[in-house]
Amino acid sequence: MLLIEGGRLIDPRGPLDRVARLLVTDGRIKAIDPSDGDLPPDIVRIDARDRLVVPGLIDLGTELREPGREEDETIQTGCAAAVAGGYTTILCAANTDPPIDTPAAVEFVRQKAARADRCRVHVIACASKGREGNQLAEIGLLVEAGAVAFSDAPRPMANSALLKLALEYCRMFDRPIFDRPEVPELAGSGVMHQGYISLILGLPGLPAEAEDLAVARDLRLIEATGGRLHVGPVSTMGSIDLLRRAKSRGIRVTASLCPQSLALGDEELRSFDSSYKVLPPLRSIKHREAATEAILDGTIDCFVSGHTPRAQEKKLADLLEAPFGMISLETSLALVCTHLIRSGRMSWLQAIERMSTKPAEIAGISGGSLAPGAPADLAIIDPDCRWVVTPDQMRSRSINTPLLERELYGRVTHTIVGGSIKYRL
Amino acid sequence: MSSGLTTDKLQYPANWRRRHLLDLESLSAEELETLLDVAERLKHLTDGGRRTLPLLTGRTLANLFFENSTRTRNSFSLAARRLGAGTVEFSPSGSSTAKGETIIDTAKTIEAMGVDWVVVRHRVPGTPHLLSRQLDCSVLSAGDGAHEHPTQGLLDILTIKQHRGRIAGLTVALVGDIAHSRTARSNLWGLKKLGAHVIVCGPATLVSRDWERLGIEVCYDLDSILPRCDVLNLLRIQFERQAARPFPSVHEYALLYAMTAERMGRSKPDILIMAPGPINRGVEITPEVADGPHSVILHQVTNGILVRMAALWLLAGPGDSPK
Repeated sequence: MLLIEGGRLIDPRGPLDRVARLLVTDGRIKAIDPSDGDLPPDIVRIDARDRLVVPGLIDLGTELREPGREEDETIQTGCAAAVAGGYTTILCAANTDPPIDTPAAVEFVRQKAARADRCRVHVIACASKGREGNQLAEIGLLVEAGAVAFSDAPRPMANSALLKLALEYCRMFDRPIFDRPEVPELAGSGVMHQGYISLILGLPGLPAEAEDLAVARDLRLIEATGGRLHVGPVSTMGSIDLLRRAKSRGIRVTASLCPQSLALGDEELRSFDSSYKVLPPLRSIKHREAATEAILDGTIDCFVSGHTPRAQEKKLADLLEAPFGMISLETSLALVCTHLIRSGRMSWLQAIERMSTKPAEIAGISGGSLAPGAPADLAIIDPDCRWVVTPDQMRSRSINTPLLERELYGRVTHTIVGGSIKYRL
Repeated sequence: MSSGLTTDKLQYPANWRRRHLLDLESLSAEELETLLDVAERLKHLTDGGRRTLPLLTGRTLANLFFENSTRTRNSFSLAARRLGAGTVEFSPSGSSTAKGETIIDTAKTIEAMGVDWVVVRHRVPGTPHLLSRQLDCSVLSAGDGAHEHPTQGLLDILTIKQHRGRIAGLTVALVGDIAHSRTARSNLWGLKKLGAHVIVCGPATLVSRDWERLGIEVCYDLDSILPRCDVLNLLRIQFERQAARPFPSVHEYALLYAMTAERMGRSKPDILIMAPGPINRGVEITPEVADGPHSVILHQVTNGILVRMAALWLLAGPGDSPK
């Protein structure tokens, strides 16, 4: 039994935003502001004065890399990183080796995650066999094994015929397809946003239209099939414009973006530092402003961490050869806090909605609320904590982040999953 | 500007601070003038680059070329030797990079052998910049992918200045594969800073409109700009860097952009024809133009040694200025 006292409770589903006590019993939220008579004498109390008490964060796209790429991350280290960042549930990507395209592979991840005993882990299984984009994976069997969504990410669903089939087929199970929108022929061998900066640096670019075109196609296929599709992470003005118009016409689509897409720009590549080589690429200011507008006005439903651990020796390769990606589970919340909340553009209620409540809805899983009866998946945040990102603090096995040595605000002090404390700063 | 140089003697300019030469974008007009002035002085002091001027005896230059090069590599070696310095050669086939060693490890190993300058050429933009942050010795770029080739830019600008006496106010067209050309980028930064009007001209697939943001004129029709160009720099088509061929055929390219005797007839009578080489004869330039009286291609080669001597001497620091 836990009593969290003195904290500011934030529940987007209420909505609730006030200082109150929160009682947890039997792994579930029991009551808000319980009367003292209900409290047993041996209760564990957590002092949350000057802190926020929020539903645990939920990530729609974490690469855990195990099995097969344990040099980058393991299920153990990835889950440790998740709870350190305030995540109580993560959806793991299927790009392991072998890829997660069989019930046995789903079961492996679930068992490893249970053994890690940090956060809840749900599996995004492959949409296609072998993640090769040719034939449907055994979606029905994978649903039975516990997969909550289907995706070939980070590979885009480039084959339109296959995506159409997958959307139609998934309707039987009411499960979403996640597509990282990109037209491969237009993306080519680009390593950064295509624009003025890539031009003067002589680096091959990833043009915005490579994303725009894929989003346009995705939207049309949702209409054609009535399937559930989540696009993300998105990053361009063009795709945001398409999403806004589609939503106003009532098309059922959801979308996500990465906090780093708002906070960092293509200018950073002037350092030629491969830690800025990420997907989607860091864009120019006009795209970043459009993306900020879109996450504020709801055109983009939620944040996704884009956690992409890569071993140091891989990132040390030259800029053309180095893999895309950055670790972000442990910095996403602080980036949102530093970049959007402290600047006054976003409220905590909005931020938690976009990092917890909405992701839960999109994945069709529990969480995202402080309502009595809900699982006690919680994060306690010190919103004013100033900290500097250093490699030794990172619980991820990899340290590929461009935020090293940067100062951020906002830090998770406790993460509680199913009523037990899984992380304490 | 006053670089502190006299006609006969070489005095180390008091305001020179740089230890690396990575690109021309980050150099000020004053620094560019200093490099050109020193190169010009060295020309006189070495009888056009033919005599040795042992200002830097005991120093060592390491050539670290990950891409093929004949002229740039030899030019750096000659420049070092003309200053009395030694040279050492590294090539990727004979080095540990084939065994998976990172370029930073390779460069640190070479530095540990006691070299004063590392000259690096690599297919990846920014490689010289990354090395400069890791090494204590001076790093000079000999070309990084499609990014920059600063000494090529300097030698082109020196050649123009020698023939025209100035850079400011001249109209210089860079013609051809701008997208993949490091020479184009170094030229346009240097020329803009020194006050030239720069035109980039070539197929629309290889000449981005975004160059206009730098105050550069973008043009797809060579014939329309010929009458007002003082200098044409004909860039090589970099077939090896292009993923998909950005124009239908070499034949079509040559018809639209090759400098021919006929086009020479419609140019300014004193136009300078330059090419960074190696040239594709018959593609960017016809043999009679390449070998004709307006061509300064071979001057460019000589000037390459001079600007590289100037760069090595300046980067070596004031300790070695002549007594």
